[in-house]
Parts: sequence; C-alpha cells; structure tokens
Amino acid sequence: MSEPTREQEREMYRFLVRARALDVELVRWHRQGIIPGFPPSIGHEATQVGAAAAIDTGRDFVFPMYRELALALALGVDMRAYLANHNGDWNGGSFDPVAAHVTPIQAVVGSNGPHAVGWALGQRIDGRDGVALACIGDGGTSQGDTHEAMNFAGVWRLPVVFLVTNNQWAISVPVSQQVAGGSIAARAAGYGFPGVAVDGNDVLAVRAAVTDAVQRARDGGGPTLIESKIYRRGPHATSDDPGRYRTLDDERRDGGEDPVIRYRRSVRERGVIEESDVAEVDAEAARWVEEIRLHLTTLPPRGGEELFTDVYEELTEDLLEQRAAWEESTRA
Amino acid sequence: MTTTLRPAPGDTGSTVEILSVQQALNRALADELDADPRVLVFGEDVGVLGGVFRVTDGLQARFGSDRVFDTPLAESAILGTAVGLAIAGFRPVPEVQFDGFAYPAFDQIVSQVARYRYRSRGRLPMPITLRVPSYGGIRAPELHGESTEAFWAHVAGLKVVSPADAHDAYHLLRASIRSPDPVIFLEPKSRYWQKGPVDLGNSGGADGARIVRPGRHLTILSWGAMVDRSLKAAEVAAEDGVDTEVVDLRWLSPIDTATIVESVGRTRRAVVVHEAARTAGLGAEVATRISERLFDTLRAPVQRVTGYDVPTPSGALEDEQIPSVHRILLGMQRVLEYRRG
Repeated sequence: MSEPTREQEREMYRFLVRARALDVELVRWHRQGIIPGFPPSIGHEATQVGAAAAIDTGRDFVFPMYRELALALALGVDMRAYLANHNGDWNGGSFDPVAAHVTPIQAVVGSNGPHAVGWALGQRIDGRDGVALACIGDGGTSQGDTHEAMNFAGVWRLPVVFLVTNNQWAISVPVSQQVAGGSIAARAAGYGFPGVAVDGNDVLAVRAAVTDAVQRARDGGGPTLIESKIYRRGPHATSDDPGRYRTLDDERRDGGEDPVIRYRRSVRERGVIEESDVAEVDAEAARWVEEIRLHLTTLPPRGGEELFTDVYEELTEDLLEQRAAWEESTRA
Repeated sequence: MTTTLRPAPGDTGSTVEILSVQQALNRALADELDADPRVLVFGEDVGVLGGVFRVTDGLQARFGSDRVFDTPLAESAILGTAVGLAIAGFRPVPEVQFDGFAYPAFDQIVSQVARYRYRSRGRLPMPITLRVPSYGGIRAPELHGESTEAFWAHVAGLKVVSPADAHDAYHLLRASIRSPDPVIFLEPKSRYWQKGPVDLGNSGGADGARIVRPGRHLTILSWGAMVDRSLKAAEVAAEDGVDTEVVDLRWLSPIDTATIVESVGRTRRAVVVHEAARTAGLGAEVATRISERLFDTLRAPVQRVTGYDVPTPSGALEDEQIPSVHRILLGMQRVLEYRRG
C-alpha cells in the first residue's frame, strides 16, 4: 500500500486533535445540560481516523454504529449535523447520508452488518467497485446479526470490510466475558476470509490494514475482518460509571499510551509537524469546538409538525387527522 | 364502493385470465421484474426450487441469478440485506418462508426497515416488499401458521396488505412493489391454490378496502383467508333473509376508515372476523374506529369473531382456533338480535 504524504499525515493529526477536543467538550456539555447524553470516543480516534484515510466516499459507503465520531469527522461529515443525534435534535443525525456516503448513526449494535452486506451486493450487481465498511464493536460481535452478515459476505465473497473495534469493554463487561475463543480476528477463518488484528492505537497501522482490505475487496478478493485492538479510555456513555467495574489504576495500566499523544510524538519525532504547528493545531481545534458549542446552544426550537413528515412518502389519512389534532392542541 | 371503480395507473384494458393465487403472485413478480430492472427477488429457496409454495417458480431461469437468488438461511440478514440494497437504490422483494420466521427478523423490520425513511429525513426510503406466506389452514407445523398482521400494523413506517383472491393477489403485489414505502405483504397460504378470474390489465383500484358483497342488514369486515369464509357465512345467512355486506379491508395499514364507515353507516351493524388472537388484534382497532365515528348510528356493539388468545395451535386443533362459518354466523346473530337493556 502507498505511504501517506506529509500533508495526509498532518491532516490525520488535525482530525485526531479535533476529535479529541470535541469529545472532551461534549462530556462537559453533557454535565452543563447542553446535551442529554453522549458516548465518548476517547481512545478510538486513531482507529477511526486511520480507517477514514482508507475510504473513498466517492464510491465506498460507511455503516457506522454510535461511537464513530472521529470517523465521521474524518470522512467530512458536518459535526453539527452529526451531533443532532446526541443533542436530541434528530434520530441518527441530520447529515445527508446519501451525500456523505455514511448511514445515520445506528443504535442497535450488529444490525448494520447486514446493511453493509446488502449495499455491497448492490455494488456487485451494478458492476461497481465500491466497498462497504461496517463498524462493529467487541460487544457487537456477540450479536446474531454480525454472524449472519459475515456468513452472507463470506458465502457471496462481497466487498465488505468488517472493522471490529475491540476496546475491551461492552459497557461493563470485559472482552474476556464477551468473546469466546480469545480472538475476534480468528473468527474470520470460519467464514472463509482473512482476519487481521491490528494495533488500533497506531493510526498508520490501521490506515494500512484498512487500505489493504479495501483494495482486496475492490479487486474482487472478498471481505476482510479487521480487529482493531484499543482501550475505551472513558465511560461507555455519559450515563455510565466505570468506577463500578474497573479502577483508575486498571485504566492506566490497561490503556497504554494515549493514541493522540502517541501520534503527536510520532509526527514530531519524524519532523512531519513542528512544535509551533502543534500549538496552532490545538488552538484551531479549540476555535472549531467553540463554533459547535455556539451552534448547539443557539438552535431554534424544533417545529412540531416535523413529527409527521417522512414517516411515509406521503401523509396517510390517519397521519393527516393526527396532525390536525396536534395543530389544534397547540392552539389551546 | 368507489375503490372498486377507480382506475389505477398502468391499467391497460381488460385482459382476464383464470389463475390461482399462487400463479397470480408469480405473474405479478414476473411483471414487476420485467418492468423495473431495480426489482430483486430473494430469500430462502426462491431460486432453483421456485419457493416452497412455488410462488417464485421459473423466475430465476427467466431473470437470472443476479435478480432472483437464494440466500443463506437467516431471516434477520435477509431483511438487513434488503435495507442495504434499498440504500443502494434497488427495490428489494425479499421473502421469509413462513409467518413465524418473520419473528427472527423482527428487529430489522421494526428498527430498521420501518424507520429508515424517517431517521434519514426522507433521504433513504425503503421501497421493500416483504412477502410472507401467512395464516393457518394447511395443517402446517408449529410457527408455520401464525397471524402476524397486528405486529406490523402497529409499527409506524410500515404498510401492511393482505390479498384475499387471485385478482387482488396480482394487483396488490404489483402495487406493493411499486410503493415507495416498505410493505409487509401477507399471503393467505390456504388460498394459494384457489383459482379465480384475474383482470391483468384492469386492477379496479388497488388502494383501500373493497366491498366484495353488497348488503343491507350488517357488515362483515375481514381480510386474507377469512374473506372467503365470511362470504360463505353471508350465503348461509341469505337463506334466512339476512342481507350481509362483506368488506375486504385489504390494507391493514393504513386502514381505509372511509370505506368501513361508509358501509357500517348504512348497515348500522358490524362484525369483524380475523383468525389472529383477539386481544390487541386488529379487530379492536376496526371496532374502535367504528365506534368513534358511528356511536349514535350503531344498532349493536361491534362484534369480533377471532382466534382465541392462545399460541397458534397444532394442525389437529387449527379448526378450533380459526373462525368457522358457524362461529361467524353466531357473531352475526349477536349483532342482529342485540336489544338495548
């Protein structure tokens, strides 16, 4: 696979810093009552930014779960629209999934695997070379849909990359109590396609692994399962209390080096980014995050009539009647 | 009666053939595959075998295995694959082999298929038609004879339809496949081999309910396999001078309230007949719509003749569960003989 250019490396670094800055602020905003809840992706940044660097949203399609903030950011999704899912403004986010080639945020873990399979099958039927990226967690691999998706993809040798982010925890349950057999990557053998384990804290390693898998899929080589091994460096979501099932000492010991700090060290040591640039990237991220905060805190109230749109292509008689009743109730 | 007279788009003039329900469905699939290259038919055994009820017979040979194909055995992934294909711009027509096997796909249907248009603000519609051989009456084993319509009718974003005869099987399936919204298409499997005239070029209207027998004294509201049985009950009652109107609801979501109200408003008595279990069944919905609009008009409370609140029984007890002509007649008698206390 091709090595990233210096500019690509700088861009990946900017995405890592932005994603982290936004994540940290989102947890604060939850505590300030600006958003009702949020699943932080702290510790997931390298995996997601590295994977995004291997995806061509001109022809590929990404099927995320609910913890792919850095991935969506690096794929060009407007974070204000993405966060509509987390601030209670619109289920799945309000970005345009067709334009972004990213499906709405998914709440049911594992259910997006079969969607990626169906989309990839469509590519095969249409004679196109797009690749589907399905994002799954270690917990999601316990779901039947994940097995069904991998089996379908294996039987049909479809262009799907299953990116399983193993962050060691499915809310409170450690991977040892979640995944039988000791290895997620090894499961791919049972489906007849390659399984690869990668250090998910190494953005360049993830970029390389996903690039290889995407290229093989594009060339007709079928699916790949990539197990990206990382550590969830915070709670599952803002409602979670990791202190009930692990200690701070556990987190320091098991978490290893922070992926954002690790990449900063790497790009500094290799001269990709100067010390003065580091401060500027941080400042730029802070300004960007503040813009998002202003957006979220100044959103106009939602028009209630949107309740009724887009349930069906046209409003049914029942919905017309119910909308009229709603209108009447707003006048009382 | 307006729905029986309304011309439908695509109607090309009268061409009547005698077909079984199964043949009519097969013809509808073939005609839609022919008309739209984005239509795909898939599921378990739908390809080489032609479906366990032969509804997809010959389609793979004619349209190729890119358009008509077998899947591995996994209902959730069949529906999930349909979602992905819809995102890719196809019009998927998946099949789950039997009603009870839609349950493993429940999450994909209610959490994904039904919600995708809404959650994507209209950007990702799901023009999926899920065909489900449905209801009992053929002495099939456990979970091969379930009545699932109330589950789907309760879910916003889905449409639910169930034909009662060959003509409607043909036209309702074509209308479903062309629908921009997801349709759960419940095929009454006990009717697969029933033959009847199908006017291929003239649907007579494929939307809303249909008055299949006009009458003056009471209205039976039914759908699927129970329509035929309701017509038989109406014939028996006619011998005693009771003039029964029979309405085939056809669309179970959205329900055509106007036709129900029009009919019951005239007859002032109503019986709902379905083979699904009674509690929270669609009969309750139909009865409520009638009472909301016709409370002062009704001469008797709406009666329900339904299956009992038991798991769908084995073949030996099936006839006890599914409303018989006799039970329908007893229900009719209750509304005809009702006197205010």
